[in-house]
Amino acid sequence: MRYLTAAIAIASGLIVLLGYFYPLDTLIQLRVMLTDWVVIIAAMAVLVGIANLVLVHTDKIRSGEKNSIYGVLLIVSLLFTFVAGLVFGPNSQFMRVAIDAIIVPVEASLMAILAVTLVYASIRLLRRRADVMTVIFLVVALLFLIAVMPTPIGPVPGDFLLLQFLQMFSDGGARGLLIGIALGALLTSLRVLIGIDRPYGGN
Amino acid sequence: MALVIVLIAALLLVAFTFLRRRSPAVLRPIQAFERLSHAIGLAVENGTRLHISLGRGNLFTARGGSALAGLAMLRRLAERTSVSDRPPIVTSGDASLSILSQDTLQAGYKAAGADDQYRATTGRLTGLTPFSYAAGAIPVTRDENVSANVLLGDFGAEAALLAEAADRENTHLIAASDNLSAQAILYAAAQDPLIGEELFASGAYVGAGPSHEASLHVQDVLRWLVILAILVGALLRMVGVGF
Repeated sequence: MRYLTAAIAIASGLIVLLGYFYPLDTLIQLRVMLTDWVVIIAAMAVLVGIANLVLVHTDKIRSGEKNSIYGVLLIVSLLFTFVAGLVFGPNSQFMRVAIDAIIVPVEASLMAILAVTLVYASIRLLRRRADVMTVIFLVVALLFLIAVMPTPIGPVPGDFLLLQFLQMFSDGGARGLLIGIALGALLTSLRVLIGIDRPYGGN
Repeated sequence: MALVIVLIAALLLVAFTFLRRRSPAVLRPIQAFERLSHAIGLAVENGTRLHISLGRGNLFTARGGSALAGLAMLRRLAERTSVSDRPPIVTSGDASLSILSQDTLQAGYKAAGADDQYRATTGRLTGLTPFSYAAGAIPVTRDENVSANVLLGDFGAEAALLAEAADRENTHLIAASDNLSAQAILYAAAQDPLIGEELFASGAYVGAGPSHEASLHVQDVLRWLVILAILVGALLRMVGVGF
């Protein structure tokens, strides 16, 4: 069974990869078919994930863990939204209101907390790691903020030059990091494609 | 051309893997991984947990690479913590990744001969949007007797909330992301951030096998080739050769 799952995974990976490089009709058809299967499996995975989430919170409620009241709230809202989605459809007015009135404001407030969290983290950075790179990091962040912030006298003199100067280093650094990440991702994917790493089928 | 690069990389990977089986690689010390080893030992001794968060990397997109790196690391961590009374908790923000994390945990325990340690509820999907994922993962850090947090995978700005939660609970945090914004945020917010491709080196540093060490060597070879190509390209442009 272990070898069968590996063979199926490797063959599927190779077909999709070759389909990108050689756009032959057969390969494209196979690629589209595999991608369609993936979409269906991914949708089922969401249902399994949600069932797992309910199981986790049911366990917490049953064992009377700290803050398990939030688990009750989560399960009730989940069931209510799920049933409403099935009855009224995902594009109904009710579901839109649920998203616009609950999910969007909650996520926006988390975004606001994030801004405060980042300022606080930057302030504590020198206490946590006082080295040259930290100082450079904070000075660059500060210079960038000065260059882009609105002032009563209009733009800060020399802001364009400052931004150009910072952009030069940040672009170079970002490209270097992205090349490194791309190479890392390539090798990680190759390990799976060759079958050395098998994050499926109990390897 | 791209296919040739992929083929060369695959051949080098296989060749270096065989080489590494005979002589293990000597890796440069990275503080974050040294602290991780210490944190694992401490968690096992103290009866506390590790919280491993794999991010939101969808395996069907280009972000899947970081998710796979996280799973490789998870497999090794599951084996190493199998003697603990409290198994690690794995959170993720993608349904497929969540299922794979459960499978990886189970495989890790099986390999360590501790099948009975596995609980399906230790691999959790905490949310499907960036902030719901973070909001679902924060209580794990707070309420589940966690002594160390490992964030490894595809994160965005929400990583700051997870880092802040770890800091507030005074727990150890090792963090890496393939996303540049998240890397900048984690540099400011985490005690031990991993920068750039260090995320993909995690398997080699936790002893996941010769293939992970071989991957680092192949990355080095390819990196030198990229540097050479950039220098030659710049030189050709300078002398007026267009391409």
